[in-house]
Amino acid sequence: MTKELMKGNDAFAEAAVRAGVEGFFGYPITPASEFLEYMAKRMPELGRAFLQAESEIGAIHMVYGAACAGVRSLTATSGPGLSLMSEALSYIAGTEVPAVVVNVMRGGPGLGNIAPSQSDYNQMVKGGGHGDYFPIVLAPATVQEAIDHITLAFDLADKYRSLVFIAVDGNLGQMMEPAELPPMRVLPEEPPSWSVYGAKDREPNILTSIYIDPPDEEVTNIRLLRRWMEVEKNEIRYKEYELEDAEIAVISFGVAGRICSSALRTAREEGVKVGMIRPITLAPFPTEAIRELSKRVRRILVVEMNTGQMLNDVKQAVGGRVPIEFYGRIGGITPLPDEILEEIHRVNQNTEDIADGQEKVEWLERLEARIERGDQ
Amino acid sequence: MIEMEVVYSRPESFTPTTTHYCPGCTHGTAHRLVAEVLDEMGIREKAIGVAPVGCSVFAYDYFNHDFVEAAHGRAPAMATGIKRVRPNNTVYTYQGDGDLASIGMAEIVHAAIRGENITVIFINNAIYGMTGGQMAPTTLPGMRTTSSPGGRDVETMGYPVRMSEMLSTIDGTSYAVRRSLHNPANVRKSKKAIRRAFEVQERGMGFAMVELLSSCPTNLKFTPQQALDFVGDQMVSYYPLGDYKVAPEVKALKV
Ligand SMILES: Cc1ncc(C[n+]2csc(CCOP(=O)(O)OP(=O)(O)O)c2C)c(N)n1
Ligand code: SF4
Repeated sequence: MTKELMKGNDAFAEAAVRAGVEGFFGYPITPASEFLEYMAKRMPELGRAFLQAESEIGAIHMVYGAACAGVRSLTATSGPGLSLMSEALSYIAGTEVPAVVVNVMRGGPGLGNIAPSQSDYNQMVKGGGHGDYFPIVLAPATVQEAIDHITLAFDLADKYRSLVFIAVDGNLGQMMEPAELPPMRVLPEEPPSWSVYGAKDREPNILTSIYIDPPDEEVTNIRLLRRWMEVEKNEIRYKEYELEDAEIAVISFGVAGRICSSALRTAREEGVKVGMIRPITLAPFPTEAIRELSKRVRRILVVEMNTGQMLNDVKQAVGGRVPIEFYGRIGGITPLPDEILEEIHRVNQNTEDIADGQEKVEWLERLEARIERGDQ
Repeated sequence: MIEMEVVYSRPESFTPTTTHYCPGCTHGTAHRLVAEVLDEMGIREKAIGVAPVGCSVFAYDYFNHDFVEAAHGRAPAMATGIKRVRPNNTVYTYQGDGDLASIGMAEIVHAAIRGENITVIFINNAIYGMTGGQMAPTTLPGMRTTSSPGGRDVETMGYPVRMSEMLSTIDGTSYAVRRSLHNPANVRKSKKAIRRAFEVQERGMGFAMVELLSSCPTNLKFTPQQALDFVGDQMVSYYPLGDYKVAPEVKALKV
């Protein structure tokens, strides 16, 4: 297949169609609306279900219903919508049905703005809804990766009967990039045996998230945790960049990671021995890879488009072995490669220890000075 | 041997078990009517029920067909998701008044607006049963509940909502009627309405809801008979029984 120039959101939506999505339910929200608009046209062409719901609450409970009916279903939203969906996400996890949510992240909290951001890291990675459950979170950095992640997300959702988030930001959704779409998946003829499709010649299937007797709920929680441990064993994904001889390492995900990788190339040309790990699964998190990395480098720089949400997971992995620095742009601002390059040089020259928490104080001082100077 | 005719037996759509409902509660009656209708229409094998959060949260234990359990109030959205991807199945929700008329108001209204081809069985017992007798959106003026201990004061707590009337104003609604379960004659009428509501779905005629006035002796602190009398006297006078919307094509249905 040849590569075509495609706009992020359209490409993701078409990828979802080809991954065999039979139910799309959504509610308009910038910067995810194009996904909905694409599906509005495409799904009926194929005789598949598309519906603009009355709210994100409605949309995700429709996804929940369709998932119980055993078809691949998804929604696409952004922060404020995801907040409304928290209830159903917990139910989906508790009922152990597969579902995929694309979250095109924007600046927050509150209504925030519609500019790209990574500030929903905790909301997705730590679950968002009530109770003990463990969603899988994928963080693509290119349009191609996002396309591939749509299929991957459904495969993982089906395999583990799990909730899977695809964490993209407004940049990716709007980006035009050459990319290749997957072939059209042949839709399964039979519904999954556990799903609801009518109890003909079999016992009824009951899908519920209620376990009124605590011992039953405990067993369920154990099952969910054991399944998650399987996910942790099998599904951790990350990308390494120039780590062989690296003395300092950048850790960054999604579009921020992509910007870091271009800053990293320049830094290399300028003689800095810098490498990078870009987590692709934010959950399960590549803890072990980062732990190992921290034994080989003298300093780590975490870069995010939030106030340091992944930073905590990195810290846990590193366990104080080497100093960790942080750099982030927030509120819907995307850092420039030059900005990151400057940070890489600074970190490379810094030999001082940093007390836990101090990295954020120092970052804020640098960021505020930059804002004061009127630099972008 | 004497030949005997079976005049009463457990519907096939029921599981052979007893329910957890309190003595005198009409949830069980409503369940039975649904089960009989599913049997008579021969649609048990393709039925998918959507249970609410409320006393009937375990409805799926009593029905012998596929079931899902929705979040509080969201059954119509969940049913929509199922029906849209499995249009050949018969999909119905079974919801209490807190579930349908309070927390789930947006979901039920929009399911009606879309003319969603589902059947809704709405149990109006004027109270929150499961959580211990708090005020429902349907609690009558002056009625004492655990969260309106001085009686429902409509000035500060609002007025009871009449869902059948409200949904009847929506173009997408094909069938919206209110019946009561307080005595045998009304139980029979309720069953007829439930039958019609399922026929509406089977013929792709859109959104159908049957509101059933129901008893909650436990939380009203009544004996079973007093509770039924309360439904027949007080509730029926605030919530008049009747057909609020019967679309012409539904009227023409021979049931
Ligand atoms: C989001 C949420 N809020 C509150 C509750 C607690 N809750 C459980 S059942 C119920 C009310 C049920 O009343 P109703 O729908 O009238 O049904 P009934 O029990 O009377 O049959 C409430 C408030 C819940 N489970 N979920
Ligand atoms: S509490 Fe009320 S509604 Fe619930 S089972 Fe008992 S009588 Fe029925």
